[in-house]
Amino acid sequence: MNKRLLARAGSLSALGLISASSAWADWQMNMPVGVTPISREVFQLHMLVLTVCLLVGIGVFGAMTVAIIRYRKSAGAVPAKFTHNTKAEVVWTAIPAMILVGLAVPSAQTLIRMEDTRDAEVTIKVTGYQWRWHYDYIDEGVSFYSTLAADSNRARQLGSGIDPSTVENYLLEVDNPVVVPVDTKVRLLVTAADVLHSWWVPEFAVKRDAIPGYVNESWFLATEEGTYRGQCAELCGMDHAFMPIVVRVVSREEYDGWLAEQRDLAISRGY
Amino acid sequence: MSSTAVDVHGEHGGRGFLAWAARWITTTNHKDIGTLYLMFSLLMLFVGGGMAMVIRAELFQPGLQFVEPHVFNQMTTVHALIMLFGMIMPAFAGFANWMVPLMIGAPDMALPRLNNWSFWLLPFGTGLLLLSMFMPGGGPAAGWTMYPPLVLQTGDAFPFMIFAVHVLGVSSILASINIIVTILNMRAPGMALLKMPMFVWTWLITAYLLLIAMPVLAGAVTMLLTDQFFGTSFFEAAGGGDPVMYQHIFWFFGHPEVYIIILPAFGIISQVIPTFSRKPLFGYASMVYATAAIAFLSCVVWAHHMFTVGMPLGGQLFFMLSTMIIAVPTGVKIFNWTATMWKGSLTFETPMLFALAFLFLFTIGGFSGLMLAIVPADFQYHDSYFVVAHFHYVLVPGALFGAFAGAYYWLPKMTGHMYDEKLGKLHFWLTAIFTNVTFFPQHFLGLAGMPRRIPDYAPQFADFNMISSIGAFGLGLAQLIFVWVVIKCIRGGPKATAQVWEGAEGLEWTVPSPAPHHTFSTPPVVE
Repeated sequence: MNKRLLARAGSLSALGLISASSAWADWQMNMPVGVTPISREVFQLHMLVLTVCLLVGIGVFGAMTVAIIRYRKSAGAVPAKFTHNTKAEVVWTAIPAMILVGLAVPSAQTLIRMEDTRDAEVTIKVTGYQWRWHYDYIDEGVSFYSTLAADSNRARQLGSGIDPSTVENYLLEVDNPVVVPVDTKVRLLVTAADVLHSWWVPEFAVKRDAIPGYVNESWFLATEEGTYRGQCAELCGMDHAFMPIVVRVVSREEYDGWLAEQRDLAISRGY
Repeated sequence: MSSTAVDVHGEHGGRGFLAWAARWITTTNHKDIGTLYLMFSLLMLFVGGGMAMVIRAELFQPGLQFVEPHVFNQMTTVHALIMLFGMIMPAFAGFANWMVPLMIGAPDMALPRLNNWSFWLLPFGTGLLLLSMFMPGGGPAAGWTMYPPLVLQTGDAFPFMIFAVHVLGVSSILASINIIVTILNMRAPGMALLKMPMFVWTWLITAYLLLIAMPVLAGAVTMLLTDQFFGTSFFEAAGGGDPVMYQHIFWFFGHPEVYIIILPAFGIISQVIPTFSRKPLFGYASMVYATAAIAFLSCVVWAHHMFTVGMPLGGQLFFMLSTMIIAVPTGVKIFNWTATMWKGSLTFETPMLFALAFLFLFTIGGFSGLMLAIVPADFQYHDSYFVVAHFHYVLVPGALFGAFAGAYYWLPKMTGHMYDEKLGKLHFWLTAIFTNVTFFPQHFLGLAGMPRRIPDYAPQFADFNMISSIGAFGLGLAQLIFVWVVIKCIRGGPKATAQVWEGAEGLEWTVPSPAPHHTFSTPPVVE
């Protein structure tokens, strides 16, 4: 009951923050709600724990502030002599422990759902390279590299003289985006060919390290069409900042058309 | 210290620079060595801080303006290593050297020559690390965590970086052995373990943590070394090794390291708050147990730094729960400090101001730490600026403010003069304000999706980055005030009494200010 109440308080304060962030697009202050069922759950959890922290913070900071104001020597405060109070100490050990249990349960539930990669319809093998991504649509015979867009790449050179704000989607655009169908469970098999990388798209709440010798699994199911952007999230050397991720979520028909086009391309290139 | 210090403390003969240098190089006196540690730490604050200024200058606006990405990566890497191993750990080692013998009524550290060596390894280790930045291929740039395989791409600096870490590790291990032996063997008659000041307690526990953690780091970097030069494949997947194993080993060191840095600050805060509240520390016994509990838990939470590596579900759940549990003893400490102030009689000299800022801001870092423990949410926070904000909130208003509180608290005891309270307060307010201007917006950047360790970013992150950079420049400049306060306090000022602070209690306040070169040659008796 307590948990549900807190979740509701969380979504309330979330509303406030969302409306604030839509007012200034460039001053985004909160985590995106995202476009997958999991990302929405993660957002809820984030707001839940943030709200708990805010409430505890109000209590703790309030007590500190009262102590600072009320027990000033300049206001004539005379020090008391007490050195402990067993009852109080038991209370402030037990209450945080109970709050933690209240947080751990929903977290564990979401985590279990996040780790369930069964029954995916599309499987994409993602390989991190210094400094680009390679995508391989398992069973579809489609694979390609995805590299920072040329205009971003020109502008990002030291002393390029190009104002980044004139480049569309500066540092967040690639030559070949990933394309996936909407409302479809997509499984990712994430690995790396040289050093560590990490595949992160905030709108999907997916961040999975790409590690040589490992094939890590993750998944997402996007429910809204659109273009979603992310970046490599594990330091991978010089151009770590310059290997973005772009995922286009499209209708099933468009996806099938895109697949066919990619296969034709592959044939014409003689793969 | 200046020549007046030599006059006060002088027991070595001779005049001139050589005699002065010989005195400081060969000294085995705990107060001298403490001073050396503190001065070295202050120097490194500006070396590491200078690198932070380069980082924030480059991040002032989108696009690359000042440095190539590779140089930027060296800045983030070496900034962290210098601030951890060169600045904050030596700062607390300095306070331990100065104050632990005074607080327990011992004439000196138990192993004075080892003490000298512990310190003098430090400038060489740090110097090696800094000089490696000028080697072909540039300095260490793989992050302070030195994750393979990337770290194996380091140029000629690679073995020097490893050796520097070894030297710094040996320095820490020797210092902690000395501290443990001193505390366990040299307490004055009547100074039972549960009568020791909290600062001594936190350092005793920290020293044990150092003994557990530092050899593990040494092992990890040695395996990197043999992977690079001797054909082993500890961490190379192609040879049957495991890059994730490095992360497990590193963080088995790395997480206790976090508490190695913060526990002595807890100790200082536990001295400062009762003094300026004129009331004994609330719940002394539970403070000791909470410290021990935090230290124990810190050894079983390491993998919360690596939730995204793809651990099994059970592992993720275990590390989530163990991490969340740390909030309980940490909460106990925060509540006890608040209860110490409750019904006290508070004054707000600079040490108390830093302690109060610590209380508020460290708690914010604790909150974001709790948020990071929630695994599903951590998938969003991990390796973003949210993490940068989190650990800077525990390291700057936590550890560094703790060190500043200690510096202002004990400066009169060390120099015999009161510092300039007006300048101290100015330093405090500028530091506290700019710390928040620098690091608070980084929470928003991380939540909005900005990864850490990047020299350039998309324009949507521009506004908060600019605010953060402005805050950082202010924070950097404000520290010059501290240098001036210290110099001024060494050179003169109102004479400090033995007790210095009205509410101060403990053996260190029974000796004159400045503390004579030799104290407690005859042990005091604690009732």
